[in-house]
Amino acid sequence: MKKFGIAVGVLVILVWCLLPVAWIISMSFKDELSITNGNPGFLPSDGTFAGWENYRAVWDNDQFRRAIFNSIGISLIATVLSVIVATLAAYAIARLEFTGKKLVLTMALAIAMFPVVSLVGPLFDMWRAFGIYDTWPGLIIPYMSFTLPLAIWTLSAFFREIPWEMEQAAQVDGATSWQAFRKVIVPLAAPGVFTAAILTFFFAWNDFVFGISLTSTEAARPIPASLAFFVGSDPFNRPASLLAAAAVIATIPIIVVVLIFQRKIVAGLTSGAVKG
Amino acid sequence: MAAITIKNLVKKYGDGFPAVNDVSIDIADGEFVILVGPSGCGKSTLLRMIVGLEDITSGDLLIGEKRVNDLAPRERNLAMVFQNYALYPHLTVYENIAFPLRLAKMDNSEVDRLVRDASSTLELDEHLERKPGNLSGGQRQRVAMGRAIVRQADAFLFDEPLSNLDAKLRGQMRTEIARLQKRLGITTVYVTHDQTEAMTLGDRVAVLKRGILQQLATPRELYENPGNLFVAGFIGSPPMNFLPAEVSGNQVKLPFGTVELPADKAERAAGKGLLIAGIRPEHFEDASIANEGGSQSTFRAKVDVVEWLGNETYAYIPFEAPPEVAAQLQQLEKDLDGEAMRTQLVINLDGASRIREGDEAEIWVDARKIHLFDPSTGENLTVDRDNAGRIAEAEATV
Repeated sequence: MKKFGIAVGVLVILVWCLLPVAWIISMSFKDELSITNGNPGFLPSDGTFAGWENYRAVWDNDQFRRAIFNSIGISLIATVLSVIVATLAAYAIARLEFTGKKLVLTMALAIAMFPVVSLVGPLFDMWRAFGIYDTWPGLIIPYMSFTLPLAIWTLSAFFREIPWEMEQAAQVDGATSWQAFRKVIVPLAAPGVFTAAILTFFFAWNDFVFGISLTSTEAARPIPASLAFFVGSDPFNRPASLLAAAAVIATIPIIVVVLIFQRKIVAGLTSGAVKG
Repeated sequence: MAAITIKNLVKKYGDGFPAVNDVSIDIADGEFVILVGPSGCGKSTLLRMIVGLEDITSGDLLIGEKRVNDLAPRERNLAMVFQNYALYPHLTVYENIAFPLRLAKMDNSEVDRLVRDASSTLELDEHLERKPGNLSGGQRQRVAMGRAIVRQADAFLFDEPLSNLDAKLRGQMRTEIARLQKRLGITTVYVTHDQTEAMTLGDRVAVLKRGILQQLATPRELYENPGNLFVAGFIGSPPMNFLPAEVSGNQVKLPFGTVELPADKAERAAGKGLLIAGIRPEHFEDASIANEGGSQSTFRAKVDVVEWLGNETYAYIPFEAPPEVAAQLQQLEKDLDGEAMRTQLVINLDGASRIREGDEAEIWVDARKIHLFDPSTGENLTVDRDNAGRIAEAEATV
């Protein structure tokens, strides 16, 4: 009975969470006409099944391909830079005593709490003055500054968990501080590093506000913003099924990233900590 | 391999508290020296100063002929085994042991030869591919030792390496460490708070209290000739009994009666007023069993509790201490991390003794083994200085 209850509960939550996803997948397989005509069913009605047609159409669209490329590039660079900076900063915060340590942490938290929208205006002006409006760095910089605080907090918690002795043992074994950090501390903090990386990647990939405000052409426009500009042949008829197919494609990289990193996180957590 | 010279080493923390205060020890090449003391005595700090993980406030530290005060740990070429082993959980046992060699940029075949050498010495061969997380406590301990012996370090440093093991394993590993050290003949400094380890492993033992070296001597010297009250109370289990005593002529008056002292001891303690007598539990015996000693060195007392262990018997005899001595004894008990509730005599009788609880028993005491301490300084007045190693200058606060 109890098992049955759990099963029902899980099912309800799954349906609740995954129904929109399933619906968008179903929609991406319907042909355009069927949606204009009104086709409210989950499965495409007779004769309106479009097969891979929508996906092919989206993929053949230069604008879309360019946007995917922008998104992957910008998100990956922002993630890598953010994680590197956050790792070094978090290590310093966890291990060293310096004046202003509290200030750094509170400032980081304050930045993370700042509403994104309130910064868009000033950034727009500044970026145009600096000449990085509508470029990759123009997006990478705000992504980094918004994800760094969270990454620093996550990572410094991980570093604090690692016993001091690890590093001291490495130093006695003949390592320089840098070697001890690279060969012992970073591998041990790997789950934290990957957690920070996933969070950063999510933020950058899903961002819409910066993406649409700080770009004007395909030079840097990421996928969420690009989808908003996605107009089919007829401006009065939004190509809903094409958009659905584009949305599905845009989701694939993030699923891949999560799957890859998740395995790393699990591997990191089970590799065997020090027990007394 | 090298000698380690510690000269007037001081460690002061930010608040000015000296964790290690003016400690000097000469450790000869190949010698096994134990640092022992109750918790907070500075023994671990001293070890970490030797290895370079703590800065030295003042004094000199020499390894071989070289002053190493300002060298980083990696430049001192010492190997250390940590209390919690500090194995690298992301590396296999093989790579854990190989870690120092890889840092030294040794080539693979050489690394392999040395690691296999170390692992066969420590019987780790079948575990080489496992991760430390999957090993038992004893195996982890051996991996930590493997990482230490694999390099040609100048000295081994151990920081309470056995305190995380259960009693049986601890005994085995203790013997293993002793054997390994004898075989490799490498200078070793070993920190412990365990009496048995201190007494059995060390060529010499340094007893520390609140950062100050109390006595540096062989285990036997420490046991037979403790330099002061603290060392006397710390070394030995069950600990030495401390009784108020007054010497007049050749007689010493104890709470239970008067015992005759050897002339030389009596002479050194003469005219000092109230003293503290220290007598080890095994220097008492049931008078009906003891085959030596006349009536001079026996007394009668009511036995409170008897614990018969087969080969021996512990008997407990409570007594009242006068306030001058009681305060001193309480302070001593605190220094030793003890929690004794009452002043009582613990005596170790032969297993054949028929004394029972509540009996008024006749107890013999070996008066030659009595030590007499000055209650104000804690100094042992009857110490045999030629056989007591090095004793710290007496200070007023024991």
